[in-house]
Amino acid sequence: MSEMKKIKNLKEFSTSADRFEGANLLCPGCAHSIIVREVLNATNDDLVLSASTGCLEVCTAVYPYTSWDASWIHIGFENGSTAVAGAEAMYKALKTKGRLKQPDRNPKFVSFAGDGASYDIGFQWISGCMERGHNMMHIVLDNEVYANTGGQRSSSTPIGASATTSPAGRISYGEKRNKKDMVSIMASHHIPYSAQVSPNKWKDMVKKIQHGFAVDGPVFINAASPCTTEWKFDPKDTMTIADLATDSLVFPLYEIIDGRELNITYRPKNIVPVEDYLAAQGRFKHLFKDQYKYLIKEWQERIDDNWAYLQRREEAKV
Amino acid sequence: MAKKGWDEFEIGAMLRSFDGKIDDIAGTRQEDRDYSENSSYTASVADWRLIKPVFNKDYCIDCQFCWVYCPDVSIISRDKKMIGIDMDHCKGCGICVEVCPTNPKSLLMFPEQEEEEAAIASWPAKNEEK
Repeated sequence: MSEMKKIKNLKEFSTSADRFEGANLLCPGCAHSIIVREVLNATNDDLVLSASTGCLEVCTAVYPYTSWDASWIHIGFENGSTAVAGAEAMYKALKTKGRLKQPDRNPKFVSFAGDGASYDIGFQWISGCMERGHNMMHIVLDNEVYANTGGQRSSSTPIGASATTSPAGRISYGEKRNKKDMVSIMASHHIPYSAQVSPNKWKDMVKKIQHGFAVDGPVFINAASPCTTEWKFDPKDTMTIADLATDSLVFPLYEIIDGRELNITYRPKNIVPVEDYLAAQGRFKHLFKDQYKYLIKEWQERIDDNWAYLQRREEAKV
Repeated sequence: MAKKGWDEFEIGAMLRSFDGKIDDIAGTRQEDRDYSENSSYTASVADWRLIKPVFNKDYCIDCQFCWVYCPDVSIISRDKKMIGIDMDHCKGCGICVEVCPTNPKSLLMFPEQEEEEAAIASWPAKNEEK
């Protein structure tokens, strides 16, 4: 095992040399690249990366340019995770046979995918990777919508959000189904580590990513990625929205070890009402009409209920 | 770089980010890397901007919030100090200004055409209310 990069504080973190380049075509204020930078800078080891089709992939590999300074591959919408799993299996095989040219370098295998490519389209591929026990990390950039193709709902879109295939209007309040609990589903594969992270809590994120790199086996990370285009807020407010998401507990930050032990890693000092989180985004604008106001109360109850559930699980260590 | 026609693309393309051999990318600063013309580092998105961030080093406390939260790798930090903004890659989103904790802020957005000296000369005073 190679030595872990020491990151005690933000000043120390800022000495990292980025392996992700600017002049990619992501929207101004996109959280995807903030997450990618925090992940790549968490290690000094070589990286084998993939991205499933989605905003990150189309925007960072616009021919004839690439924004990646590491081995990076894109194949299809669903198989970013299996591409990395294949590379990892080959690496293991060559290592066993002693045919690696530089056997002392310990590359890290990471696949990035959006919520569409993870929650819906690539679901069985990711499940397969987790089940086969590859030594890899799958990171979901969860912006709760198919942002790349124009904002269609995915199974990560939360109740009440207006998406282009579940628009809000006179009859409908938008998306009617609850968000899929992907972290729990993946933890149920009894993988060594699964966690939920958010880019605004960079230290929590780096700690979890480094833990994920250190363990042997598949790791699943769900990263909240506020989308300025589809959540409809100003590009400058990306971090404000991420703060609201973690402080209102809409995106609670926790980790599940070995599919059993749940630890909450961030407890907000002042819990913000969910109403503030919803009010900051254009996709929930219609919920503030008298007709749909009851949904805000339901939102708060659901989030409170989930938070209580997470705390019970943490206490009981199940 | 010469653009290719739609029927001249290869089926599956491999691009190299660097021309020379780099053994330790994570230990090599951007200015020391031998980028190839295929790296988007050599491209620019400066024409996306309508407003630009201006950096006033007098108020900066080198907290590095702007560095970690910049989506476009445009905050240049060396030896734990914030030294400037990469204007070729900045898209003018304004996150760096939002996360700046100093009073007054050491980064502010100005119209793209504003001169830097004029912007710094018009810097607001400390806000006593906060």
